[in-house]
Amino acid sequence: MTSPVRPFDGIEEERYELFEMNTSRFELSRREFLSILGPGLLILTYGSTALAQRFGRGDRGDDSVSARLHIGQDGTITVMTGKVEVGQGSRAELTQAAAEELKVDPSHIRLIMGDTALTPDDGGTYGSQSTPRTVPAIRRGAAAARDILIDAASRMWGIDSERIQVVEGVLKDSSGEKSIRYAELVDRPEVVENLQSSVPSGVEVKPVSEWEVMGTSLPRPNGKDIVMGNHRYPSDIVRPNMGYGKVLRPPAYDATLKSIDSSEAEKMEGVTVIRDGDFVGCVAPNSFRAAKAVEALAKTAEWEIPDHPSSKNLYSYLKDRAREGGGRRSRGGENGSVEEGLASAAKTIEAEFEIAYIQHAPLEPRAAVAEWEGDRVTVWTGSQVPTRVHHELCDAFDLEPDQARVIIPDTGGGFGGKHTGEAAVESARLARAAGKPVSLRWTREEEFTWAYFRPAGLIEVHAAVDDAGKVVAWDFANYNSGGSAIDTPYRVASRRTRFLSTDSPLRQGSYRALASTANTFAREVAMDELAELAGVDPVAFRWNHLEDGRLKNVLESVVGKFNWDRRRHERKPNRGMGMACGTEKGSFVAACAEVTVEHDKIHVERICQAFECGAIQNPLNLRMQVEGCIVMGLGGALFEAMEFANGRIKNASFGSYRVPRMSDVPELDIHLLDRKDLPSVGAGETPIIAVAPAIANAVYDAVGKRCRSLPLKLT
Amino acid sequence: MENTFTIQVNGRNESITTDPERPLLDVLREDLGLTGTKFGCGEGQCSACSVLVDGKRVRSCVTPIGKLAGKKILTIEGLSNGDSLHPIQEAFLSLSAFQCGYCTPGMIMRTVELLENKPNPTDEEILNWMESNLCRCCGYPKILEAIQSAAKATAKGDSQ
Ligand code: FES
Ligand code: FES
Repeated sequence: MTSPVRPFDGIEEERYELFEMNTSRFELSRREFLSILGPGLLILTYGSTALAQRFGRGDRGDDSVSARLHIGQDGTITVMTGKVEVGQGSRAELTQAAAEELKVDPSHIRLIMGDTALTPDDGGTYGSQSTPRTVPAIRRGAAAARDILIDAASRMWGIDSERIQVVEGVLKDSSGEKSIRYAELVDRPEVVENLQSSVPSGVEVKPVSEWEVMGTSLPRPNGKDIVMGNHRYPSDIVRPNMGYGKVLRPPAYDATLKSIDSSEAEKMEGVTVIRDGDFVGCVAPNSFRAAKAVEALAKTAEWEIPDHPSSKNLYSYLKDRAREGGGRRSRGGENGSVEEGLASAAKTIEAEFEIAYIQHAPLEPRAAVAEWEGDRVTVWTGSQVPTRVHHELCDAFDLEPDQARVIIPDTGGGFGGKHTGEAAVESARLARAAGKPVSLRWTREEEFTWAYFRPAGLIEVHAAVDDAGKVVAWDFANYNSGGSAIDTPYRVASRRTRFLSTDSPLRQGSYRALASTANTFAREVAMDELAELAGVDPVAFRWNHLEDGRLKNVLESVVGKFNWDRRRHERKPNRGMGMACGTEKGSFVAACAEVTVEHDKIHVERICQAFECGAIQNPLNLRMQVEGCIVMGLGGALFEAMEFANGRIKNASFGSYRVPRMSDVPELDIHLLDRKDLPSVGAGETPIIAVAPAIANAVYDAVGKRCRSLPLKLT
Repeated sequence: MENTFTIQVNGRNESITTDPERPLLDVLREDLGLTGTKFGCGEGQCSACSVLVDGKRVRSCVTPIGKLAGKKILTIEGLSNGDSLHPIQEAFLSLSAFQCGYCTPGMIMRTVELLENKPNPTDEEILNWMESNLCRCCGYPKILEAIQSAAKATAKGDSQ
């Protein structure tokens, strides 16, 4: 083992084709769940496609559980989902989904999230999948449960099920004579037995026009625990007799351990040192002593440090090592002849865009608590993909699936950065060797250094406009950033789009909206340049190249709200207006920015953004996601960039890596378009993609300087 | 190298025997089981670990326990009165001023100090005061709203 963290093989593939749930059969079972959930009725529904975004498992075909519900005799309705809450609002939205179909108040729903022993494997919490996939799965599961309970009541009362209504969890016959609560119904053995043979063949979910709970601003159900400091995040979990762990990190990437003397550390009271190849760590009675022990170990450790590239020549490094069409999935394509287009046009641009590596830096660092009981391990950790962590544990310790349980308490931030299970595996390793439960929490420096990064990238755009102001050639090559949103949504006469993989000096992976930020940035800045060449207003230029549709709608909305025509022409020194738009994962965004530039500093004064993601499921949560995306996007646009040399990150702290602060927040003017006629898709990512290019274009408007890098650079 | 200190935490006297260099944050979380106070950086740069010591905000991750003998410490757990929330908690809750919520305890404790010092803060004063509190979910707009609303609520309460 050369590195104490597991390698992460390239950029996360994105799987987000919308799909139809196929609820094919139900199973009613008391089995092991009931020992945890208490007496009541367990309802499982199966669908053929729930596992479409599964990690590292054999294909289980049609037999995947798509929803799992339990109705307790005490009236509690428990809904189990493999999704997790990392601040994106899934706990509220999934609770709404279940409450809507079961026709109960959301306060009666208890949602168990991300527990591999209880919750179905419905994939990771990433790629904006909870809304388009898990919400429908839970709705269908809940609707099915409601229907079979109605069916049971109809048998019991000997009346047609059409004559039974559900109001607030109470089944009533239309004459108003009979009524029974869900909880009372499941308490009857004869009901449960009859259910086995009463499986409805299909279920109907409530149409948007009849939504009562969905579409409302349900706040986060465990909000009170949060403001009281009572919610236990992964790093807050305490187990009896628990020790605190820490891992010795190499001083540089790919360093190998030559020798180490653990005697000083071992002398410390209560400290156990664990050594297994290059993995060295310790467990102590508190985290302060664990850190002291690791310091003592580090002093004696000798390492062999190989050469490692520097961020100074990152972009030539990436380009020199590029491989055409590489990667797990090659993206892009060709239409018409780009060469002819470029040759025929009088006006062309050739631009290079540089995208820095950045870190997610969730406020809660990676953390895990592991506890062994014989050869079985339970790990509480913060991850967006519990099944992946489960798999990593089984792999690392050679366990059968039922020997490992992963529980994900609501976690302190993710942003695409917590897909892997490093802390889980490390804490389990330490716990097994120390013979007691171990809590491990990464330091901020570890988080900045050893967590995977958003990919850096180089993007080359070569494009041309003809005399009529039409884009006749569009040649777009992305080195390393990734393929999301790489295709231009604009009508162009000829185009070639390429993604080239290369060797990444840093370990890279997913990030909020992934490469769509980079690709949208390069495209939207290039479009601005082309508009200028054509002598056309940037909005009109884009408008002329778009088909009618959802992107045009958000563009139209933002331009009106921002008052683009007036503001763009109102000249003030050092002040400028810019705009950008784009689409990703089925949602649509357009932004206008107003900036002032003074002493080579960019001040973002105002951002106006229109966003559309189908029917809005929770307006409050949607607005918060959009606000969060915009402000987080300011970080990547203005300051965030990893600096590294000799295998070390040089800015591995919040003091040296600047993130957005409260005073950075510009005036925000957000417009959410509610398309009740369209399926809902996720919203935690796409609202970030138009921020940087809108600012870059505004900076150009202000001072005539084209910024072609993320973060933007004026000098 | 271990010493015994008496500190008052949320109104209770606690006697702690430990290394005087250990940060208050660790003592709260690991010795007293008060995990409401969060670790965000351990370097004094995010304010997730904010608590009040004799009414003044300190970053508990860089405050050695050895300096606190005899001091009164207030953490997020000591803010509410049983189940009834402090007006600042109430404001954060009713306005949903959190996404993951991990920064929330630090934000709330810093706001307690703000409103003690400036019961009617201007927006600029709020921004200055909160400058060191990071929210990585970048939920600042809602947090600002909650602070403004808490200021109004407490000012009203005081004048009654
Ligand atoms: S944890 Fe104390 S300031 Fe960040
Ligand atoms: S709400 Fe997540 S860090 Fe502030």
